[in-house]
Amino acid sequence: MQQTVFFQAMIYLAAAVIMVPIAKKLGLGSVLGYLVAGIAIGPAGLEFIGLEGQDIMHFAEFGVVMMLFVIGLELEPSRLWRMRKSIAGLGGLQVGVTSLVIAGLAMAFKLDWRESLALGMIAAMSSTAIVMQTLNEKGWLKTVAGQSSFAVLLFQDLAIIPMLALFPLLADHQGVQETHGTGSLVSAFPAWQQAIIVLLSVAIVVITGKYLLRPVFRLMARTGMREMFTATALLLVVGIAVLMTSVGLSPALGAFVAGVVLANSEYRHELESSIDPFKGLLLGLFFISVGSSIDFQLIVSKPFLIIGLVVGLMGFKMVILFVLGKIFKVRNAQNSIFSIGLSQIGEFAFVLLSFSAQQGVLTKDITDTMMAVVAISMALTPLAMMINEKLILPRLCTVGSGMEVQKVSDIEEQDNPVIIAGYGHFGNTIGRFLRANNVEATVLDNDSDNVDFLRRMGLKVYYGDATRYELLDIAGAGKAQMIIIAISDEEKRLELIETVKKHFPNLHILVRSTNRNDAYDLMNAGIMHIYRETFDTSLRLGIDALKLLGHRAHEATRSAKTFFIHDERTLKHLSSIRNDDEYVTAVRQHIEELEIIMRADQEAVNLRSLGGWDRKSENSDYHTT
Amino acid sequence: MSKILIQFAHPTLSKSNVQKTLETHGRNVKGVTFNDLYEHYPDLYIDVKREQQLLLQHDVIIFQHPFYWYSSPPILKQWQDLVLEYNWAYGPEGNALAGKKIFNVLSCGGGKEAYKETGYNRFPVNQFLLPFNQTAHLCKMQYMPPFVIHETYTISEEELEFYGQQYASILKALVKDEIAPHDYQHVEYLNELHQ
Repeated sequence: MQQTVFFQAMIYLAAAVIMVPIAKKLGLGSVLGYLVAGIAIGPAGLEFIGLEGQDIMHFAEFGVVMMLFVIGLELEPSRLWRMRKSIAGLGGLQVGVTSLVIAGLAMAFKLDWRESLALGMIAAMSSTAIVMQTLNEKGWLKTVAGQSSFAVLLFQDLAIIPMLALFPLLADHQGVQETHGTGSLVSAFPAWQQAIIVLLSVAIVVITGKYLLRPVFRLMARTGMREMFTATALLLVVGIAVLMTSVGLSPALGAFVAGVVLANSEYRHELESSIDPFKGLLLGLFFISVGSSIDFQLIVSKPFLIIGLVVGLMGFKMVILFVLGKIFKVRNAQNSIFSIGLSQIGEFAFVLLSFSAQQGVLTKDITDTMMAVVAISMALTPLAMMINEKLILPRLCTVGSGMEVQKVSDIEEQDNPVIIAGYGHFGNTIGRFLRANNVEATVLDNDSDNVDFLRRMGLKVYYGDATRYELLDIAGAGKAQMIIIAISDEEKRLELIETVKKHFPNLHILVRSTNRNDAYDLMNAGIMHIYRETFDTSLRLGIDALKLLGHRAHEATRSAKTFFIHDERTLKHLSSIRNDDEYVTAVRQHIEELEIIMRADQEAVNLRSLGGWDRKSENSDYHTT
Repeated sequence: MSKILIQFAHPTLSKSNVQKTLETHGRNVKGVTFNDLYEHYPDLYIDVKREQQLLLQHDVIIFQHPFYWYSSPPILKQWQDLVLEYNWAYGPEGNALAGKKIFNVLSCGGGKEAYKETGYNRFPVNQFLLPFNQTAHLCKMQYMPPFVIHETYTISEEELEFYGQQYASILKALVKDEIAPHDYQHVEYLNELHQ
């Protein structure tokens, strides 16, 4: 029973479904929820899962790869280039200083210098998964702290590569388990050839992303099958991971590069929303497995050592980060988020620890202890961040300075106030008009040929199905002021309205409608702003017809306006008295209704009313006195 | 030879006898350009460039309109607001209209008696026209007395025909430069020049 995949899946999912909402409710964030779920079902808790948690963790690390891919998608190369100083400076110093300080401490505890250096480098790593997830959840990614954290984490990802190359050299007794290696296919080659192969594979990722993927995605989009698009996106990320692993690079880094390359593509939003659910689930799985892998027996056997190590390591990391933050002019409140957030030892440490055990750099005793320390420090991070948020930040934030959520100069966010869904003839007229008035709109369209053409025309158009929550979210529906629904498909429009009303209740909704019947449906859906696509045009034609018949232009225009108002009013009235229960065929209903409408036209409206100066029918002796 | 521009403003010409008669008599005079504002700009969206060109091409400007609420229909106000630009029509460098003649051609429901201190309209027509007068002055134009038709609700066909011809003959005289300031300075209505 316990062996089946389904049973395991059920346990993991149930743990997540129960614990995460509770953690959220308590304001602890999802990461802590997952970790507690992991502890609960792990060997220390209900014992649903045993030591296989470790294997699952390796599998779930793929969530980190996906996360970096998604982060890459949101970072255009130009923006990345502008961040170069903080990545190289802040990130480089963090890794360098932390490694040396921790190594020095280890040596002070009479460890061999090689072991000390390895430990230092391991301890320098922070957890991309936990930090980014938490920052994202709190909406802090765009703050100074968020950007600084990201810069440091990115540098750590880069630093993994030379570290993996360096570790075998630190081995005391070389060649013991050489064959295990990194699992890299290229380790047999001499170093310069390895370097060429590594560079080549990065070039492959960049070139593929730049030239090959867009036609492929266009092709997939044209099939009209959403799952094919998802499959392609997954294939891309998995493919990169395989390629990178085979040449000994970090798959996360490869995925990040691919993401950055695709950041300018029109398929970016769709890619993000395809990958997002997988990313979320895998990260959740990863956190659960971290929780379940905490070895409580070990902790119980040497509690002081482990607690001391956790507190000591996190403390030193925190201090170093805080000092660096000061040097890089991160203000106090932001700096506390930054330094406390990155103070844990991250998931890369697991990789480095097992690698160093294989290479014989560290003894099994040390790696086991460190595994527990790393896991505990990761589990403590959400708690530390919460304490920071609840107790420390309120003191640091002087009145008015707020949380500094204002934009950092080198990050340009384009939160357009308007989203236009559907950029056919109807939508593009609106888009062009808004543009002419300097209002930028985020455009969503699901016709890849159309998107392709419009982009060649220099417009900012994204490919995707606007009815999907994820796409709307990524397109900035949370911050926009209105959504203009100009899709031609009536069903899709209603679907989209439902999604918007459920998830983005503050958005103004302006909807195109096909005809009266469609307008009724939209009214039933609670829409205030409805635009019948043929109505205004028909009336404009009517004005011109009257003019050609010799009517005065102004009078015809006024008459059309009066008719317009009258018809809108009739529409509202009929919609309120419409009997949906009664079965009438659409055609008959339409004719009956038209009859009512035309009667109303005759009775209610005096289209030629002239207002105050129409005294034709009146006795006018008053004015002639 | 002077060229005349009639700026015509009537939102409901199809209901008007008086203005229609004035229109037919006026627009057929040689040298007269008849500019039907409500027909050109049914939604009051005025083409400023076109209007300024027209003004430059003419020497006498006429605002022909019913005397709604002691003033003009709204399009004429809109026209003034948009077309008479600073440093074009007025202001230190605004000399585009300098020296041109201008006056109003009105149809009033009320009789001449009503436009008196003792009448129910309390003031003479000229006083109601002060904003036009001052606008012309600011644009360095010569403001002439108005041409007025009273009691439009009860006017007879014969009277109307008479006014039409009177209007036409005044326009012809203006084209031929036969009306000088000393002719109109002391009259209340232009009508008096061609009885």
